[in-house]
Amino acid sequence: MLRDKLPWIGAGIIAFFIFCAAAAPWMAPCDPYAINLEERLAPPSAAHLLGLDANGGDVLSRLLYGGRISFTVAVLVVFLSGGLGVGVGLLSGYYGGVPDAILMRVVDVLLAFPGLLLAIALVAVLGPSVANVVLALTVMGWISFARLARGQTLSIKQREYVLAAKISGQSDLRVMRVHILPNIMSPIIVQGVFSVAGVIVSEASLGFLGLGAPPGSPSWGVMLSEGKQVLLEAPHVSFFPGLTIMLVVLAFNFLGDGLRDRLDPGARSRGRVQGEDAEIEAEPSHG
Amino acid sequence: MIAYTIRRLLLLIPVALGVVTLVFFLIHMTPGDPVEIMLGDNALSADKAALRRDLGLDRPIHEQYVHYLNGLLHGDMGISLQSRKPVLDEILRSFPASFELMAGAMAVALLTAAPLGVLAAVKPFGLVDGAAMLIALIGVSMPSFWLGPLLILLFAIRLDWLPVNERGGFNHLILPALTLGASIAAILSRMIRASLLDALQEEYVRTARAKGLFERSVILKHALRNALIPIVTVVGLQVGGLLSGAIITESVFDWPGLGSLLLDGIYARDYTLVQGCILFIATIYVVVNLLTDIVYGWADPRVRLR
Repeated sequence: MLRDKLPWIGAGIIAFFIFCAAAAPWMAPCDPYAINLEERLAPPSAAHLLGLDANGGDVLSRLLYGGRISFTVAVLVVFLSGGLGVGVGLLSGYYGGVPDAILMRVVDVLLAFPGLLLAIALVAVLGPSVANVVLALTVMGWISFARLARGQTLSIKQREYVLAAKISGQSDLRVMRVHILPNIMSPIIVQGVFSVAGVIVSEASLGFLGLGAPPGSPSWGVMLSEGKQVLLEAPHVSFFPGLTIMLVVLAFNFLGDGLRDRLDPGARSRGRVQGEDAEIEAEPSHG
Repeated sequence: MIAYTIRRLLLLIPVALGVVTLVFFLIHMTPGDPVEIMLGDNALSADKAALRRDLGLDRPIHEQYVHYLNGLLHGDMGISLQSRKPVLDEILRSFPASFELMAGAMAVALLTAAPLGVLAAVKPFGLVDGAAMLIALIGVSMPSFWLGPLLILLFAIRLDWLPVNERGGFNHLILPALTLGASIAAILSRMIRASLLDALQEEYVRTARAKGLFERSVILKHALRNALIPIVTVVGLQVGGLLSGAIITESVFDWPGLGSLLLDGIYARDYTLVQGCILFIATIYVVVNLLTDIVYGWADPRVRLR
């Protein structure tokens, strides 16, 4: 059945694009920053498989280098926000009390900013740059990990084996690390995979709005925004970056769906996709 | 029901205060002097001092904060640094365009998601279901800043059916609404499918079938109505997606709404305007969530007891 193959297809697509990004300096036919105004906007040809952009930059080379920006940002944000969120959520769920109440109020306030709005506000204040995009998306992203980890911890800390470990005199830290954390990892990993998709779209969205990587850099979002300016004369300039983003995001969604079915089987019948569920929620793209 | 509504309203106060405080201090962390932005680098220092006094920027930050809060309570969001007009006026002037776009997108989302979700749930794991869910997954994965240009290329340029890049009559709304509504349609159709699948397992559906009702009426009247209750919450949450997605869609289509106003404010470093827009968007979202909870509590009495 196709459904069972989709996660593998997703993993294959992801591996392909990560390989391309890693090997960009060797694979790229041209310098991604090269300017060649004589042939600007040239359509795809044998010399330039995906054509040239408004400055005469080779679209294929820029896409390959752009993958480095997208994947670096995505990995950084998911690890930073995941680490922070899981740590905070675990402590908060385990100890409860006043810190937990404070955390929940902070989360309530942060959740009042829909989608990318908080990240847009942060980047507007800090100034557009890739580092600030990472910071802004981390500030936005840790919330869902914290809520997930907190909820899972709350349900697991009542189990007999956790109580037994406590009674046997193990320290709180050890109980959390050895008995709780490994048992809440499955949904967190699934969430992490969906988050990668969310972060890639968010990074591209900020780039598209001029709030991410600087103009002229080979970021997928920036390429789309520059492609929009020349949409009529040269649709290929925006077509290929958009297709790339969609394929990568789709691949992570396939992989996330598959992992969820495998690691968190109860979720399957509920038919969740990223952003649908209160428990596992990557930022829906809306990008 | 009234007690529930009042409780929800009271819970709103700390959140609203938190949001205002966060936005205020965030904007005032900004590097750069708003006075220099307004007057330029070459302005006389006496002029700068006068303007700084007019804007209240010479006072300590906590006084500015209290002043800002007080202003908000009186419907005063300050003066735009760039246009020198009241921020609230600028926002209210842009809002109808955004509202039109979001209403159109929500209509698109509901009109596609409902049939897609129902068809998929009636024969789960069949061919129609597979196709519908694949379309939904693609819809979720397609960034609107790509879908928008594709729609423009196809419908406005190749086929020349629809106008582009201007707000106007109904025709002008179609492409932006499709662009913004697509990902929400995708999410909703998966939710409707899941919810209807659950409802079809219920006893009352078996009873309805046992009575010999037509399958059509079992699904549409008995199962779907109950399945739609949880959907209310999802639709409410998707308003967040609409508000944030509208910023990008407006940028794609040069749509003169709140998102464009916010972005223009950011590019011009008009911080009072940015502050006002962010606060306004967050407020709408919080209020819609409140209304959603209330409607949900009304549609499903069990919720009120939680």
